[in-house]
Amino acid sequence: MRGIIGYGTYVPYYRLDRAKITAAMGAGGGRGHRAVAGYDEDTTTMGVEAARNALRSSNLTPSSIWFATANPAYLDKTNATAIQAALDLPQATWAVDAGGSARSAEAAILGARGTSGISMAVVSDLRTGNPTSNDESGGGDAAAAVLFGDDEDAPVIAYAMGLATSTGEFLDRYRLPGESASRIWEERFGEQAYITLAEDAIERALKEADIALEDVDRVVIAGLHARAVRSLSRIAGDKLVDDLTGRIGNPGAAQLPLLVASALDNADPGEIILCVHLADGAYASVLRTTDAISDYTPFATVESQIEKGSDSLDYNLYLTWRGFLDREPPRRPDPDRPGAPPAFRSEDWKYAFVGSRDRSSGAIHLPPMRVSMDGGAVDDMERVRMADTPATIATFTVDYLAFSLSPPTVAVVIDFDGGGRFQAEMTDVDPNEVKIGDRVEMTFRRLFTAQGIHNYFWKARPLAE
Amino acid sequence: MASHGIKDQVAIVGMGCTPFGEHWDKGADDMLVDAAHEAYASAGVKQDDIDAFWLGTMGSGVSGLTLSKPLQIDYKPVSRLENMCATGSEAFRNACYAVASGAYDVVMAIGVEKLKDSGYSGLTGSRPPSDGTDSSLTAPATFSLLAPAYAHKNGLDDETMKEVLTRIAWKNHKNGALNPRAQFRKEVAKETIAGSPLVAGPLGIFDCSGVSDGSAAAVIVRAEDAHRYTDKPLYVKALSFSSGPATGALDPSYDYTTFREVRASAEEAYKQAGIDDPRSQIAMAEVHDCFTPTELVLMEDLGFAEEGTAWKEALNGAFDLDGDLPVNPDGGLKSFGHPIGASGLRMLFECWLQLRGEAPPERQIDSDKTLGLTHNLGGQPGACVSFVSVVGSELG
Repeated sequence: MRGIIGYGTYVPYYRLDRAKITAAMGAGGGRGHRAVAGYDEDTTTMGVEAARNALRSSNLTPSSIWFATANPAYLDKTNATAIQAALDLPQATWAVDAGGSARSAEAAILGARGTSGISMAVVSDLRTGNPTSNDESGGGDAAAAVLFGDDEDAPVIAYAMGLATSTGEFLDRYRLPGESASRIWEERFGEQAYITLAEDAIERALKEADIALEDVDRVVIAGLHARAVRSLSRIAGDKLVDDLTGRIGNPGAAQLPLLVASALDNADPGEIILCVHLADGAYASVLRTTDAISDYTPFATVESQIEKGSDSLDYNLYLTWRGFLDREPPRRPDPDRPGAPPAFRSEDWKYAFVGSRDRSSGAIHLPPMRVSMDGGAVDDMERVRMADTPATIATFTVDYLAFSLSPPTVAVVIDFDGGGRFQAEMTDVDPNEVKIGDRVEMTFRRLFTAQGIHNYFWKARPLAE
Repeated sequence: MASHGIKDQVAIVGMGCTPFGEHWDKGADDMLVDAAHEAYASAGVKQDDIDAFWLGTMGSGVSGLTLSKPLQIDYKPVSRLENMCATGSEAFRNACYAVASGAYDVVMAIGVEKLKDSGYSGLTGSRPPSDGTDSSLTAPATFSLLAPAYAHKNGLDDETMKEVLTRIAWKNHKNGALNPRAQFRKEVAKETIAGSPLVAGPLGIFDCSGVSDGSAAAVIVRAEDAHRYTDKPLYVKALSFSSGPATGALDPSYDYTTFREVRASAEEAYKQAGIDDPRSQIAMAEVHDCFTPTELVLMEDLGFAEEGTAWKEALNGAFDLDGDLPVNPDGGLKSFGHPIGASGLRMLFECWLQLRGEAPPERQIDSDKTLGLTHNLGGQPGACVSFVSVVGSELG
């Protein structure tokens, strides 16, 4: 039997209190919070974090990665390759993008599900909208990864009893390439179209599962068309799974897998979960959890990540991070773009955070070295991946002058548990709160973008407790 | 195989040093002409008497042409050197060796940097293409790592540490106020220093050396020829250079309270010069006070203060102009700024003045000691190059 054998989610650290939008603009905003990707995050880095959580929960090695996002970091260039590299997966892994629309999440999920072997769907989205728009306040940034496999790969924790999709060509929301906000047709029009498409898909999915709607224990409804989602929710009654929009907003393409993960975080064996996605058509899946779900512990639940968020983010900083507000740059040169050949040569280091360990002395070198700093042995090193090893701050400083989209830059010298030292930038932290002895972990980030090249590398962040 | 040094084999017989500052009206070419001709005049030589040149500059030009063109040097050898912030000292070191080898009779070491044309704050430089994983920290941030580490190791609270750093900046500005060649020529109140806007960690603007333009030059000959040029030559007692494995940021045993490269270069220099107690044997020292915690740590690394005591010595004035061992009597990088290629030779220029008794009376050190030390540093804590020279006004 093929089904879900693992999953991981990622909700970024920052929250924007929607009241701050209203306060600043005299319009827009509303109640609650939306999740905000840091200035050093994009859909690729968030995808890496969700995928890392999935793999750390399950200790599996996927043979394919299906990445989907409505907000790709690169066009033309595949983004899933950076995810494959950051996860330190072998080159035989097939990593591919599906992109452009929220619906592309379905391509990643069904692609991974329909491929043989262990396959991982990674869906990530970073939602923007014009200041004061509903998309701005109602959007959210997040990612989710789902591992599919057969029982011989790992215990299946949930499988689809029935699955059906429908497609509709109509103008709901649309965005020309390069635009920072989507355009939306009158909401009432889309609502009517979606209800018809959803009812059709749900009916066929239930039929394939050979159950009635009443047999469903819980209902997940995802989609960017808030009015249609609300309208369709009436079929769920009190079985509706909280869509989290009040606390993190709607993370577009990532909403469906994120909400399914949220449901699985709390599911008992034998639960039937109807999962619906409204995006240029409808997707309906009837999931049933197995006994194995009792033994599955997610590395970090959706709830735990929502709880540890910080709502300190001010609206002006949010606008700056998303490119809606240009600030006076520091009187410093722009950062140099990374060179393609050097980045290629150091892929293991730059993307997977793999250093070298001297076989004779055991000294760990970050970055990797050919000649040992302890004893001078030449070319007698083994690779050592430090991405998942916690570390302790040995010393630190705050750089008010360095180039950053969000100064000041916090720099820390960290000593890894079991050996190895590295000087890293620190992120997701209040500069006034950093102390010697604090515990940190590594996170995959975009340091900056220069001349069209995203400079991906690892930073330290406070260790999640 | 061993390092032997060239004690008393070569001598400085003439020097020049431009004022350091924001020279909007002068380019690197102009400053090279000024420094070189001041040095020629000082040594009583003509340009044609110089057999070879060593030019230190980090980014104000490449190749020997950077010097031979503005000076119109006729087909003589000109080497252009770069060794980060120790570039000026490196030009001097190599020029000395050329004379000691017997290859040339009269040579010039000259350094220059034109920083104020970039339009940026602080130092900038171009790097080779990289994988993008190098630290993007600025120089003040990397050196600021010393402050909390030193305070932590020696049990200083934040307030005391700030007081120590402030006193170092205050002392150097006080010395610089007496120096017409300095970029900043006035005393700065401790409250102003301590209250200046933060740049990195606990370091405020006044904990950082300035950004300036400047040039300095020396004429070097064999020691036995020195008296043909001057009655008061400065003999080179020691030249040492240390380039480290740059493992500070990799090696958990490094605690950011020392420069291992400085210790290595100091030990080597003292061996060459026959010094066993630098604190009591040296009349004055010019050290690389790029940031205030750097000078603090250097006092211990250079053996001027016992381990863990430099902060007390700094507070009680041991390194003041009238202290036990005057450090940066000319005002240091703090008052001069740091035109990279020029700084090492500017330090030697102060030894040249002080040890010959030619400093202006208001800052002339009254000492019967005959040795001066210069120390020049490039890089950052844990990954740097360090130069130490000892020069003296007497043979032996």
